[in-house]
Amino acid sequence: MRKIRVATVVLLGCLIALALLPLVAEKYYIQLFTKMMLMAIFAMSLDLLVGYTGLVSLGHAAFFGLAGYALAFAAPQYQAANLWLSLPLAMAGSAALALVIGALVLRTSGIYFIMVTLAFAQMVFFLFHDTKIAGGADGIYVYAKPVAAIAGWEPFSLENHTHFYFVVLLLLALVYALLRVLLASPFGRVIVGIRVNEQRMRSLGYRTFRYKLACFVLSGALAGMAGYFAAAQFGFVSPDTLGWHQSGGVLMMVILGGMGTLNGAILGAFTMMLLELGFQGLPAVGEVDIGKHWQLLMGGFIVCAVLLLPHGLLGLGRLVSPRPETGSD
Amino acid sequence: MDANTFLIQVLNGIQYGLLLFLVASGLTLILGIMGIINLAHGSFYMVGAYLAFSLSQHFGSLWLAIAGGAVLAVAIGLLLEWLLISRLYHRDHLYQVLLTYGLILVFEELRSVVFGDDVHGVAVPALLQASIPLTDTLSYPVYRLWMSAVCVALAIGMYLLIQKTRLGMIIRAGSTNREMVQSLGINIDLLYRLVFALGVALAAFAGMIAAPVASVFPGMGNQVLIVCFVVVVIGGIGSVKGAMLAAILIGLVDTFCKVLTLEIGGVAVLPEISGMMIYVLMAVVLLARPEGLFGKRG
Amino acid sequence: MTEAVLRTERLTKHFGGLAAVSDVSLGFFIDQIHAVIGPNGAGKTTLTNLVSGELASTSGHIYLDGEDITGLSADRISQRGVGRSYQKTNIFLPFTAFENCRLAAQSRLPSSMRFIRPALRYDNVSREALRALVEVGLEHRAQAPAATLSHGEQRQLEIAMTLATRPRILLLDEPLAGMGGEESARMVELLQKLKQAHAMLLVEHDMDAVFALADRLTVMVNGNVLESGTPEQIRASAAVQEAYLGTEDAHA
Ligand SMILES: Nc1ncnc2c1ncn2[C@@H]1O[C@H](COP(=O)(O)OP(=O)(O)OP(=O)(O)O)[C@@H](O)[C@H]1O
Ligand SMILES: [Mg+2]
Repeated sequence: MRKIRVATVVLLGCLIALALLPLVAEKYYIQLFTKMMLMAIFAMSLDLLVGYTGLVSLGHAAFFGLAGYALAFAAPQYQAANLWLSLPLAMAGSAALALVIGALVLRTSGIYFIMVTLAFAQMVFFLFHDTKIAGGADGIYVYAKPVAAIAGWEPFSLENHTHFYFVVLLLLALVYALLRVLLASPFGRVIVGIRVNEQRMRSLGYRTFRYKLACFVLSGALAGMAGYFAAAQFGFVSPDTLGWHQSGGVLMMVILGGMGTLNGAILGAFTMMLLELGFQGLPAVGEVDIGKHWQLLMGGFIVCAVLLLPHGLLGLGRLVSPRPETGSD
Repeated sequence: MDANTFLIQVLNGIQYGLLLFLVASGLTLILGIMGIINLAHGSFYMVGAYLAFSLSQHFGSLWLAIAGGAVLAVAIGLLLEWLLISRLYHRDHLYQVLLTYGLILVFEELRSVVFGDDVHGVAVPALLQASIPLTDTLSYPVYRLWMSAVCVALAIGMYLLIQKTRLGMIIRAGSTNREMVQSLGINIDLLYRLVFALGVALAAFAGMIAAPVASVFPGMGNQVLIVCFVVVVIGGIGSVKGAMLAAILIGLVDTFCKVLTLEIGGVAVLPEISGMMIYVLMAVVLLARPEGLFGKRG
Repeated sequence: MTEAVLRTERLTKHFGGLAAVSDVSLGFFIDQIHAVIGPNGAGKTTLTNLVSGELASTSGHIYLDGEDITGLSADRISQRGVGRSYQKTNIFLPFTAFENCRLAAQSRLPSSMRFIRPALRYDNVSREALRALVEVGLEHRAQAPAATLSHGEQRQLEIAMTLATRPRILLLDEPLAGMGGEESARMVELLQKLKQAHAMLLVEHDMDAVFALADRLTVMVNGNVLESGTPEQIRASAAVQEAYLGTEDAHA
């Protein structure tokens, strides 16, 4: 039990550190951490599928990107969207897409599932890339950040980067707490059971398809939440937002951090983004501009991580103090 | 659409399908036999194309470039299997996805470092530069016909290899029962290495012969990879026959959706969403047969 | 006699050219242990898989309470009160013994689409899980991860999970296999007790246990029913003597 308390203390420490950051950091860093926290939400949503339910999705960016587009639609030209209206709408859009795609891809499993999720995400990619619904390949701008007005009263303004930061921090904490509660609930136990032994779950009487689909939809909606705010922050959405590099990148975060743990997903997201930044800042070596070709290092890093870190970053800690999975995480 | 245009589109569709088959057959064999999901497979297609581009400049001949490129591709395949892929056999698909995704980044960025990010053309060899006139205004290039012929020849070769030879027998057995193959005293590590190298070589070869018509450009590998996933899903994992059928089907569907025009209720549908059509096709197959046309059930 | 709660009618399963189960028509009654015996490869496990819905039959029918349930999925059949255990231990290795049973018991909630209240606060479910553990004598190991249980204990857990779903009909595939003498005796006693309220299909190689428990016996060979009757009839059957019981090594 003492170990759990240590983890809680570390977690609270991180939360407090994040809460105090805007007091000391410049705008650049505040925005950077906002982005990292959004990616952490995105990574947690995927971890629900990959780490907990055992569904390796390589098309998760479709839900992330779609919500971004939804915001772009809700904020035509220079007119700002209402946060309280457009956010639920965007998340519902992502959830609906997840429902349709999930109903199809969950008919498959294993390798098929990986390929099919990728392919369907690609289909969404082409929908935005090839047609004129939202700027085609060039993407579309979100000129104004959503306003949080309730009957004329505006509790915070997303145009203010510090406000934006705290909203995202709050969401990160909320999503984390929500998933914790969810995972301890009967539903959460079922999805983990499905990951461990789906066939046995079925013979115990669970209609596993429904639970997987529910999980897929929820995960899609949360990815949509991250995507909505990412689009609001960046002020721009393009087909690449829902492209497969985005899907691959977030999967990297989940696995690198150590899947099946929410902390791991957050850790993975922060690490990958800092790593990206670090690689981009590297100086040129001779003719080759390393910073520009940072993906080379990232690729090499991923290959090495797979070979050397079988349990992700959190696994490093577990090497020191091994802890068996007891189903009551 | 008149008969000649139709004929040209059919030929184009089949040619595209055959090319896809070359890439997808390697992918499906590696999946079916070795149980490895290889995202970097499309990168080998790109590597092939860029090899054709640089070697043909170097040698002044596409033929020499293809010969040299094929040897290099096999070498790359053997090396990668020995160095990296062989460490993935006992691990979850997840790690296969990860590692091969890392490889994509490496290949793509190496390409950018060495060749830059421009689009390059590759000349059609003098021998095949002619066109066959169909009407006064329409003609069909001989090179494309040659491409299709080569692909068909390779497909027949693969069929014979798998159905008629001892190696093929092992491949067929290996795709169902690893232990049995091992108990026959066959070196399964060597078998896997060869299958992987064969897959790499096929993908690279497809890239090489496609270079003169498709040109070489960044991202070409990933584009083909995802389409090949669709081919494998429709055809069924591990089924070369399924890959052939699905590849031709997709070649035709994709080609025709790009040239047809369709309006529904005044809204232009085709060719606007032609890029999506193969995925729609995949969705239909998934609804009817989740294991693919020639996949094993259960 | 009352109507059979579970009945198979000319149930048949082919694997390619192999008829693993052919034309098997059997009835199962409450308060009756119906043992199915036969040499390795006779088709006993396949029969169990057909009834539990894990395999689709090639032909034939399965009736539950007189209703045709052929072709229903495994989860549906389970929800109708058919519980099964596996010959090859099939449990959730990373979970504790308690969680294994809790998950089994939780399947009887009207729905597990419950997202908020912690699973451990569903007292009925926990009670049911604990009851199942007590029944097989595993309560002292409740908090041990299943992977750390001994082989015999894992076999006990396998049965406990089946019981935790409160089935009316039990399909037990070699429940005694891999258990020690003491565990085995306890299990025989438990099965005897369970008999009253359950119909039971018992596949078992331990002949002493079979003849101690069974009210009805069916002998399968090569997918066919060779003989079906009371233990006395089976003991007296010349065909069975010849094909099966006569050879001493069938006991092994
Ligand atoms: N999934 C399957 N695919 C192909 N053949 C199978 C399959 N399952 C079982 N068989 C075959 O069906 C026959 C019956 O097998 P089954 O497992 O039902 O026998 P059993 O009576 O349970 O034997 P044991 O006493 O060894 O458990 C065997 O010949 C077996 O090889
Ligand atoms: Mg058996």
